[in-house]
Amino acid sequence: MKKQTCIARKFQHQFNLILIQLVFIYLGKIFFIMNFITEPWPWYIGGPAIAVVLFLLLFSEKQFGMSSNLRTLCAMAGAGKKTAFFNFEWRQYRWNLVVAIGAAVGGFIATSYMSDGSVGEIHQDTVLQLDTMGVHGAGKNFMPETFFGADALSNPKTLALLALGGFLVGFGTRYAGGCTSGHAISGLSNLQLQSLIAVIGFFIGGLLMNHFLLPYLL
Amino acid sequence: MKRIMLYFSIGILFGITMIKSEAASWFRIYEMFQFKSFHMYGIIGAAVALGVIITQSIKRFKLRSFFGEEIQIPSKTKLVKAPLFGGVIFGLGWALTGACPGPIYVLIGAGYFPLFVVLASALLGTYCYGVLRPKLPH
Repeated sequence: MKKQTCIARKFQHQFNLILIQLVFIYLGKIFFIMNFITEPWPWYIGGPAIAVVLFLLLFSEKQFGMSSNLRTLCAMAGAGKKTAFFNFEWRQYRWNLVVAIGAAVGGFIATSYMSDGSVGEIHQDTVLQLDTMGVHGAGKNFMPETFFGADALSNPKTLALLALGGFLVGFGTRYAGGCTSGHAISGLSNLQLQSLIAVIGFFIGGLLMNHFLLPYLL
Repeated sequence: MKRIMLYFSIGILFGITMIKSEAASWFRIYEMFQFKSFHMYGIIGAAVALGVIITQSIKRFKLRSFFGEEIQIPSKTKLVKAPLFGGVIFGLGWALTGACPGPIYVLIGAGYFPLFVVLASALLGTYCYGVLRPKLPH
C-alpha cells in the first residue's frame, strides 16, 4: 500500500511540474513573441483585460460604468440646486472620478512609455474610403490629425463636429442609463434585457452616423 | 486611502487597456461600423463572455468582495424606450467622435487635447438631459 501511494505521489509531482512548465511556456509566448509592451494588443488580450477591470471593480464592491461620472461632475458643479436629477449625494461616487483620473494617467503611460509608435492594421477598404473623405492616417496614426491633432480646433467645422458629438454622447448615455462600459460590458454580463436594448440602440445610431450622416458631415 | 489607491490602479489598467487594445481609436470605431474588422467585436465579445462568467459566479456562489462583504449587483429598472432612444443618440455621437465616456479621459491623458471640447459638450449634454428628463418618454 505504502509503495503505491509513493508512486502515485511521484506521478502527481511530475504532472504538476509539467503543468507549471506549460503555463510558463504560454506566458513566455505572450510576453516575448508578441512584444507585449510596445506593440498594439490583439483582441484576445484587450477583451480579457477589460474583464479584469470589471472583476476588480465588482470585487471592490463597485460597478463598472464610466458615463455616470458626467452626472457626478454636473452635481459637483452645483446643478442639483435647480434640477432634481442632479440633487443627490455625489460624494459617494467620488471613487468613480478616481477611476477616471487613473484612466487618464493610464492613457498617458500607455502612449508615452508603452508604445513604439506602431498601430494595428486597418482594413485597406476603410483606409482608402477615409482617404477619399479627407481623413488621412488610418493604419499609421492612432487618431486622425484632422479631428484630434494640435491644430484641429482652429478649424470651426471640426470644433462644431466635436461639440455636437460630445453633446450626443453626454445626452444619450444618461438617457440610456449607461454607455459601452455600463450597458455593453456590465449590463450584458448581468444578462439585463434593458442593456441588450441599449446596445442595439448604440449600433442603430452608430450605423446611421457611419454610413449615412458622416459622409455628408466630413 | 488604500481603497483610493486601488480605484486609481484599476483606472490606470483601464486606461492602458483602452490605448493598447486600440478600443479608444477613432479609426477602429469607424472600421467596426463598416464591419471590416473583427477586432472591436472580439474585444467586446471576449470581455462580455468573461464578464458573464464573473458576474453569474458572483450571484450563484454569493462570492465575497476583497473587503469580506457579500457582493451586491444591482439590476437596472426594466425600461424599453429610454435605453433604445438614449442608445441611438449615444450611438450617433460615438460614431462621430469615436469617444465613449471612458476613452474621453484616456485620450485626454494621452495628449489628444481636442477631447476637452468633447468632455465639455458631453457635460452640457448630460445637464440638458437632467433638465428635460421629466418631459422625455422613458
